[in-house]
Amino acid sequence: MNIHEYQAKALGKEVELPVPEGGIAATPEEAQAVARRLGGEGFIVKAQVHAGGRGKAGGVKLAKTPDEVAERAAEIIGMTLVSPQTGPKGKLVRKVLVEQTSSIEEELYVGFVLNRSIERYVLTYSQMGGVNTEEVARKHPEKILQEPIDPAFGLEPYQARRAAQNLGLEGDLLKQGASAIMSLWKVFDSTDASLAECNPLAVTTDGKIVAVDAKIVFDDSALYRHPEIKALMDPAEEDPLELEATEAGLSYVSLDGDLGCLVNGAGLAMATMDLVANYGGMPANFLDIGGGTDKERVSEALRIILADNKVKVIFINIFGGIVRCSMVAEGVVQAARELDVKVPLVVCLKGTQQEEGRSILASSGLDIHGAETMSEAARSAVELARGAS
Amino acid sequence: MSILCNEDTRLMVQGITGRNGRFHTKQCLEYGTRIVAGVSPGKGGAQVEGVPVFNTVHQAVQAADANASLIFVPAPGGADAIMEAADEGVELVVCITEGIPASDMVKVKRFMEDRASRLIGPNCPGVITPAAKCKIGIMPGFIHRPGSVGVISRSGTLTYETVDQLSRLGIGQSTCIGIGGDPVVGTGFVDLLELFENDPQTQGVALIGEIGGNAEEEAAQFIKENMSKPVVAFVAGKKAPPGKRMGHAGAIISGGKGTAAEKLDAMREAGAIALDDPSAIGEAMKKSLADS
Repeated sequence: MNIHEYQAKALGKEVELPVPEGGIAATPEEAQAVARRLGGEGFIVKAQVHAGGRGKAGGVKLAKTPDEVAERAAEIIGMTLVSPQTGPKGKLVRKVLVEQTSSIEEELYVGFVLNRSIERYVLTYSQMGGVNTEEVARKHPEKILQEPIDPAFGLEPYQARRAAQNLGLEGDLLKQGASAIMSLWKVFDSTDASLAECNPLAVTTDGKIVAVDAKIVFDDSALYRHPEIKALMDPAEEDPLELEATEAGLSYVSLDGDLGCLVNGAGLAMATMDLVANYGGMPANFLDIGGGTDKERVSEALRIILADNKVKVIFINIFGGIVRCSMVAEGVVQAARELDVKVPLVVCLKGTQQEEGRSILASSGLDIHGAETMSEAARSAVELARGAS
Repeated sequence: MSILCNEDTRLMVQGITGRNGRFHTKQCLEYGTRIVAGVSPGKGGAQVEGVPVFNTVHQAVQAADANASLIFVPAPGGADAIMEAADEGVELVVCITEGIPASDMVKVKRFMEDRASRLIGPNCPGVITPAAKCKIGIMPGFIHRPGSVGVISRSGTLTYETVDQLSRLGIGQSTCIGIGGDPVVGTGFVDLLELFENDPQTQGVALIGEIGGNAEEEAAQFIKENMSKPVVAFVAGKKAPPGKRMGHAGAIISGGKGTAAEKLDAMREAGAIALDDPSAIGEAMKKSLADS
């Protein structure tokens, strides 16, 4: 689960991560009021959307006075921000964060993330901050250092000091830097986050360490024990169909194509999309109906796929293990009638009670194309989608 | 021969009194698995499908001499259940539970470093050795045939699809293992490839990977350096968009890394038969067994 920068900074502030003074605003008037309250010489107005690359996309602007803050906020609020991370559709900006500007001398990177190879959380840090860290990792992997964390002890202060030293900090800045790293670790550790980073963690010209940006991503599996974090979710930032699917216990990811996919199991669902692509088709979604599924789930899954009006054909690929193919077939027939499905369905049922399932579909009178193998099904689904366009 | 489980496996089921625990205990018993105990705190003395239930793993090991465990305990208690089994020295621990927090699994891995147990999973279908009629998991038993191909996979139903393709071509399996779809799992591809390489019954291995992490790249390195037996590999998720979790907690392309293309390239370079068609796994295995 993602949260906004202003929320991440608020969580950091609770554990003494040094963040700029600021406030959130949904209108230019509110933005102006925040700037007046903050006072000072210069302000920064930052679009609050769940995506990086905001600066280059025109979502971050400087202002000298509260009146200018209102003008910049008016430009940003309501814009559709398109960055490499938002995809071509972009994201509508609903809120801005207004902060005092910091006079930055140096930009560092610090973050915590799971290193899957060593199966430990690591502190990652670099003197090349304020830029796209993925690019730094690709072009200059030696510029990114890691400090593995023993889960029995957590990050120890000496490790934070060692990192601060390697970041080139000295004197009081070394202490401030180490302390900021410890604060970020506290947020990361106490919330079961999967990522927490400051990019940049800035050194200011007046000798302060400031988290100019902050980002936290949480482990969905751990949210059950953090209701306070779950409450930070902004539904406006999520794909509405993905939210509905989550509520229904389905795993759904919306994609750009026209061929809807309904599959049991995440691996098989990915493989189904791959197969569709192999035959020149474009999947409209990833959808895993899960293991212990029932007729209602199948029906809900069909409804969600059909809510995407790009969908021209639906490919249902089921390998019945514990799930019976006959149950899935009954669910499909029932849902297709209730939802008045107008698009063709291509169905591949294999495994437990496949013959029963196939005969239920064949005798339903619906526009259902049966297939013996998933490659045959994929080929015919792609052909049908082509014919419909 | 086989790997991980065989005729000598004496299984306990942790979380045996829950809905899934009960259902799959019955399914495993019907397949032929020797289930000697169940564990459910506070339900000691009860029976499920004729299997005696104990309060703790300690009791189950003492009283019933269990040497393997199958875990259905829900996610909040999943990590604790694994550690309880590992602390009793249970040789093989298979955890089916989906949704255990990654931070819990990081601790579990640290806990298991100086303990002898081997963990498979979590978030996996389990392990099956058809020749020994030993099924420790939730896979449909009837699709399997005894034979000489090892199957290792991060997925559930895609593994069943693979096994089905093999069985329909008359190719049986020595042991099939779902290693789990989470970012941190007990046993990875490399350990299992090594076990299969050393298992006289196994003549080839089907490896099913997916996007996220670098387990497939590590496996490729091992294949290149150590495997004499043919490996057929498929990696799911080439159409997955970056930054999106594809069902499994571990199936995510992050920071531009962990793509299917990279993984398949690594497999190809390592000398494995790398496929981009999931429906061709069985045929590819048939061909490579005939060639080798």
